[in-house]
Amino acid sequence: MTVYLLCFILLLVGLYGVITKRDLIKIILSIGIMGYAANLMLILFAYRSGAIYPILEKGVSPKIMVDPLPQALVLTSIVIELGITAMLVALAVRLFEKYKTFDITKIRRLSG
Amino acid sequence: MILPFFIIIPLLAAFLITLISGKKDDWAIILSIIAALSLLVLSVFSFVTIGGNTVVYNMSAWKIPYTICLVLDALSSFMLLIISAISLTSLMFSIKYIRHLSPSWKYYALFMFLVTGMNGVIVTGDLFNLYVFMEIALIAAYALVAYGSKAEEFEASFKYAVMGSISSTLILVGIGITYSTTSTLTLASIAKVLPERNPQVMYWVGGIFMAGFGLKAAVMPFHAWLPDAHSSAPAPISSMLSGVLIKTLGIYVLIRFFFNILGAPAIFKTIFLVLGSISIIVASFLAIGQWDLKRLLAYSSISQIGFILLAMGIATPLAIFGAVFHVLNHAIFKSLLFYNAGTVEMAIGTRDLREMGNLTKALPVTSSTSMIATLSVAGMPPFNGFFSKLIIIIAAVQAAHPGYALIAVIGSLLTLVYYMKVQRYGFRGEKLIEKPDVKVGLGMKASMIILAILCVVTSLLVIPGIREVTLDPVVSVITGKTDYIFNVLGR
Repeated sequence: MTVYLLCFILLLVGLYGVITKRDLIKIILSIGIMGYAANLMLILFAYRSGAIYPILEKGVSPKIMVDPLPQALVLTSIVIELGITAMLVALAVRLFEKYKTFDITKIRRLSG
Repeated sequence: MILPFFIIIPLLAAFLITLISGKKDDWAIILSIIAALSLLVLSVFSFVTIGGNTVVYNMSAWKIPYTICLVLDALSSFMLLIISAISLTSLMFSIKYIRHLSPSWKYYALFMFLVTGMNGVIVTGDLFNLYVFMEIALIAAYALVAYGSKAEEFEASFKYAVMGSISSTLILVGIGITYSTTSTLTLASIAKVLPERNPQVMYWVGGIFMAGFGLKAAVMPFHAWLPDAHSSAPAPISSMLSGVLIKTLGIYVLIRFFFNILGAPAIFKTIFLVLGSISIIVASFLAIGQWDLKRLLAYSSISQIGFILLAMGIATPLAIFGAVFHVLNHAIFKSLLFYNAGTVEMAIGTRDLREMGNLTKALPVTSSTSMIATLSVAGMPPFNGFFSKLIIIIAAVQAAHPGYALIAVIGSLLTLVYYMKVQRYGFRGEKLIEKPDVKVGLGMKASMIILAILCVVTSLLVIPGIREVTLDPVVSVITGKTDYIFNVLGR
């Protein structure tokens, strides 16, 4: 139970960063932390204590392996997060060119 | 099997566009128009033939617990039809508009990725696959919002990307929790297993998905990104985002998940009702205060999405019919209004209502089609918006929700108020503008006229005979709730 709680706290750390930080790069990093927390949670759901790697060999029963599907999901989701992060960084670079700052309180040409 | 082609055609078009187009955008235009046309033909064919049936396609011929399956039923083919119709008109509008803005084949490649993502979300029958396609659509949308390369556009795109990633992470957590309880990712199997294993988890997952997909649908407390993103994007992309993207990633997934998988528990219907009412009223008041035409239209989108959610919350067959009909109508008239706004921005170089004037002489097609769209969205009798709003109001009264019916009436009156402002200042104001600075292209005019005609034609769908063959199968998919399990898995 403790590991799930810690994982949830990691998610909240990321969310806290996105909400409170004023620097574009720090916001991007916080989004990364949120993504890691979600991935970690998927891995934790697949984990069983004492289980082995999920590769089918002779004489190894599938019953003592961890669940391989969430690991495949996590690989996919890591690739997606790479794409999102690259997109965000590219946007941050272009925003810096236009506004000459990374501070979101100064990037306010659009009104609510 | 036509099912995988809904994904293959736009994806192939996107890759071919990046491969063969050199500096010019001619090949990109030709390829994307061909792809959009063939998608339209396929989706019309599937919508006409599907009836009440369900087609399941198992990828790589694996059986269902192991495969990623694609599912086509009346609801999916209805959404596919909307996507392909709007994307075709949007591409026709894009040719001249994007050449004026900054011509590049990249626009068309990204556009095709957007269509791929949306079609994928609609046809997939697998929860994680839905997430992947959603991300394809979203990344393309972030890039397209920033396409004009102005400072405000990057700002809007960044805001959209941050909000989008937060909601995507929430959705991924929800997928994880679902998988940990049910040990499956196929939507139909989840629907079968979840109530047996642990009904409590249903509420956890439902709450997380309500926040995640509610953010994609821009329901009122989660709406902050929409006015910026939809008003900063190029006009054809605004129409794609407002017309179909928020409905595909938001409304469609919410319907599929809460009606077909969870079986519409009462608490979530109440949440739909409350969120819908808040969206209708607050977004209408915010829209009245806007002077930027596209911003006003974006707030109006939030308000109209509220109508759809309200009808989903009432959840009687008549209300669901209203919701489905309003999805179609909103896609048509909101796209048309964004085309009008884009034409005005291109022709006289502003979208501030105070600087616009009487455009009836300078842009006759634009101002007359904008009148049709305005009457349609405000709910005037011969046009489609009147019928869907009337059905939603009648359904609310019938289901003993007179308070929500009153909110819907007030909402449609407020809609009339802010669209009268558009007409009064924007298209029929005092300052007569003689000539536009830039000539409006033929494709732009054609796409506006097509949608204006559709505004009138789709109101025929309320006639009982036509309704039985078109929208009633869609409604019965939604009201059939967990019949989805049997349709996909077999009895």
